Amino acid sequence: MTTYQKWIAFYTMIRKDIVRMFRIWVQTFLPSVITSTLYFLVFGTVLGSRIGDMQGVDYMTFVVPGLVMLAVVTTSYANTSFMFFTSKFFARSIDEILVSPTPPWLLIAGFVSGGIVRGLLVGLLVLLVSLFFTGLTLTIHSALVIFGFAFLTALVFALAGLVNGIYAKTIDGINIVPTFFLTPLVYLGGIFYSVHSLPDWWQAITYANPLFYLINGFRYGFLGITDVALSTSVLILLVMVVILVAINWYFIRTGLGLKQ
Amino acid sequence: MAENALVVNDLKKVYKNGTEALKGVSLTVPAGDFFALLGPNGAGKTTIIGIVTGLVNKTSGTAEVFGYDIDKKPEQAKAQIGLVGQELNFNPFEKPLDIVTNQGGYYGIPRSIARPRAEQLLKDLGLGEKMMGRAMELSGGMKRRLMIARALVHKPRFLVLDEPTAGVDVELRRGMWDYLRKLTSEGLTILLTTHYLEEAEQLAKHVAIISKGQIVANGTMSDILAMHDEEAAAKSGYKGGKLEEVFIRLTSEK
Ligand SMILES: Nc1ncnc2c1ncn2[C@@H]1O[C@H](COP(=O)(O)OP(=O)(O)O)[C@@H](O)[C@H]1O
Ligand SMILES: [Mg+2]
Repeated sequence: MTTYQKWIAFYTMIRKDIVRMFRIWVQTFLPSVITSTLYFLVFGTVLGSRIGDMQGVDYMTFVVPGLVMLAVVTTSYANTSFMFFTSKFFARSIDEILVSPTPPWLLIAGFVSGGIVRGLLVGLLVLLVSLFFTGLTLTIHSALVIFGFAFLTALVFALAGLVNGIYAKTIDGINIVPTFFLTPLVYLGGIFYSVHSLPDWWQAITYANPLFYLINGFRYGFLGITDVALSTSVLILLVMVVILVAINWYFIRTGLGLKQ
Repeated sequence: MAENALVVNDLKKVYKNGTEALKGVSLTVPAGDFFALLGPNGAGKTTIIGIVTGLVNKTSGTAEVFGYDIDKKPEQAKAQIGLVGQELNFNPFEKPLDIVTNQGGYYGIPRSIARPRAEQLLKDLGLGEKMMGRAMELSGGMKRRLMIARALVHKPRFLVLDEPTAGVDVELRRGMWDYLRKLTSEGLTILLTTHYLEEAEQLAKHVAIISKGQIVANGTMSDILAMHDEEAAAKSGYKGGKLEEVFIRLTSEK
């Protein structure tokens, strides 16, 4: 395949996924908007007024970046794990790509990009919803940090979702990780509080949670405040990117578990 | 030297569960041929096709498609082939027109070219009315024809069909055979597997019969028909077609 042909194959994959997600927007975009609205209502408006400030900012404003991150993480993960799993086991439509000259790395790029696109779109929607609760004010400390963290986080979790999709043998197999690991890690990663407000032992555990660094880096992009140095957050994020790219590269080399 | 669409040499396949599906298969499909690969269920036909089209890993042996080795030049080899698999393998929620157009995309064909081509193919195959509905609304025979359209969208030189007429009723089967015959007359090489021996007898130029992972007969249709054993057939009271008699004798347990 020429480079131009590869672009066409890539465009075909990503276009197909985007058309799909907009066609079934009730399943792909709406749920995150509804849950985040509930969070903003409960934590921001109802409880937030009693909590007051967190690290010197209004509680609602403090919570927004973490909830956007929660949406990005779970959505990009879910999109690739689900898409890969279903195209493998449901009607086996992945054969359409496997018989074509599209190389395996490009197939992966197609699936992962779909996850990134949906993760970022859902994150943006949640951010827009939050504006209704913050009186349409949005503080931006560094757009570069915001976009960098959002994009790389979506990439990491799209890649992680793909690994899950490759391993999963049943539909439950793609729900275990999000339910039992991902969501708890994000919740305990300091979305709702500053790590300094925790008891010592809990602080120690929090520092072992990689999501904590991502959420803090992302929050820094908006508010300029963070519990850890931005450079530490960036480093952890880049390490995660490297690890997941390496794992996926291994799968590409070994046939993605797709060939008998 | 005449060009070959497919050269398979000493192909072996052992599946992970230990099943020895191919025990050293060699085959040559000359360019422009209509080649029938016949064999009872479980003989290894789908496995051969899977290896050649990149869906199954081989254990050993080599395969070349129009001179492109499937290991060394997988992209070029795959670009030559259009596959109509044995199992339905499209997303039933998608529209036939999208399925065929997107398949062109995976072969690097821009949408502006793939879409009209997909439309034409679907019309030629009698799916013009149905191409904007969901694929799941198609009948069994229509689904099979959708897969043929999808396999042709990138204008392959070599069309591989794995039991394309299974479960398709007689009349539609005729139509499908006529369509395939027209394609070969235009220069396309066809390899197919089928259970309908009478039809294979009328259409195929070359035949290979495979049984338990090994080729038991291989030659032109007239070579194979010459193996017909009048006496043995008479003795066993057999009254079917010639090819069928040869097939049953070669593939039955000794
Ligand atoms: N994925 C698989 N895992 C294990 N054994 C398989 C698999 N696919 C096919 N087989 C076995 O390999 C043999 C050949 O199968 P196949 O190529 O499908 O035959 P055919 O297409 O001629 O009916 C059979 O014994 C079948 O059970
Ligand atoms: Mg078969």
